[in-house]
Amino acid sequence: MKTLFAIAALAALSGCATTGGRADDPFEASNRVMFQINEPLIEYVAKPVAELYTTIVPSFMRTAVTNYVNNIDDLFSIVNDALQGKWDKMGNDMGRVMINTGFGFGGLIDIASEAGIPRGMEDFGQTFGYWGIPTGPYLFIPLWGPTTVRDGTGSILRLLWSPTNEIPNVAARNVVYGFVTVNETPGVVDAWKLVDQAALDRYTFVRRAYLQRREYLVYDGKPPPEKDE
Amino acid sequence: MNDNMKLSLHIIGLAFAFVAGSAMAQEAPDALVKRVSQEVLTIIKSDPKVQAGDQARIREVVETKLLPNFDFERLTALAMGRNWRQATPEQQKQLVEQFRTLLVRTYSGALTQYRDQTMDYKPLRADANATEVTVRTEVVRQGQAPVPIDYSMAKGASGWKVYDVIVGGVSLVTNYRDEFNEQIKSGGIDGLIKTLQAKNSPK
Repeated sequence: MKTLFAIAALAALSGCATTGGRADDPFEASNRVMFQINEPLIEYVAKPVAELYTTIVPSFMRTAVTNYVNNIDDLFSIVNDALQGKWDKMGNDMGRVMINTGFGFGGLIDIASEAGIPRGMEDFGQTFGYWGIPTGPYLFIPLWGPTTVRDGTGSILRLLWSPTNEIPNVAARNVVYGFVTVNETPGVVDAWKLVDQAALDRYTFVRRAYLQRREYLVYDGKPPPEKDE
Repeated sequence: MNDNMKLSLHIIGLAFAFVAGSAMAQEAPDALVKRVSQEVLTIIKSDPKVQAGDQARIREVVETKLLPNFDFERLTALAMGRNWRQATPEQQKQLVEQFRTLLVRTYSGALTQYRDQTMDYKPLRADANATEVTVRTEVVRQGQAPVPIDYSMAKGASGWKVYDVIVGGVSLVTNYRDEFNEQIKSGGIDGLIKTLQAKNSPK
């Protein structure tokens, strides 16, 4: 039910596309407002949280959290490999999840990478793209960051179907939610530092980088050549 | 020492200079990328000033090691797209200079983050007489997904030069094309130059 609601909300958002502006970013005006809202959240929430987190939590524990999240991503990658008929990747991802879940304490240790099994890194957004579903309008969500209607729908499915939701003990589940969320902040803060330094207009810079990256992933690293202009 | 001997020594010297010179000019693009990146990685890992975050020293490394291998004029022209031809030679000169400064500053700021990484080099797939190639590398960091970095390179009079860098599918040139277009739309080419100057002036 939650899934349906979220998808309906995104669809409604994409339905009220106004004319004018860029075809891939019809909501630029409201996206820019969201972008403005995001700035102080990065500066006064994400930054101090990231600093505190990296100070208190030792690096091996942070790596374990990253591995936990990656293991779940790999699990979803199996599904998306299958949905795109990428059987080689599916074999790799299945091997990864079995090894890391079985021998790496439920995914806390990434033994499969040590063994040289590459990650498939397929997600629902890429599967939609593979089957020809366009990105839909670009969206900027405060604290979440850049996305599109297509990729955002994929992310919502990923969140709603995450095995973390099935942890029976509420307190334990919330601790995991907390770690997984906070674990993202140092990377986000670093990325924003780079954007601050590189961009003339941060909004445009982030949008272009995000759309380029996703296109590249949908085409498995071989996107069709960019049209000049 | 007779004149004949002097002459032959001179010829040998010239021959050596020629061989050394042509060896540098003939360096294959993938070999060039490998040599330069290894040099820079070694400095990052061993130079105490770089590790302490000494910005002047870091910029010096970038200026002397990396910059000679980039074709900034082509890079800027590509990022400008069709606007490049609208710019006067003086504007073009300023654009190249300002864009170069911006990239050096950005790269210098990010450089110290590369301390714990190693690089993998993919085999070059190109004809022996190709004049445009893509050199593919991968940055590997402990516990993280490898990031592919591709260098688009062209062969010119002074050897191979980089004219675009593609990090994880994000092309530098393409990313700045949107940025430049937007600035030019609102303030013309001079507006873009002003924005770049303001961005580059120390705060």
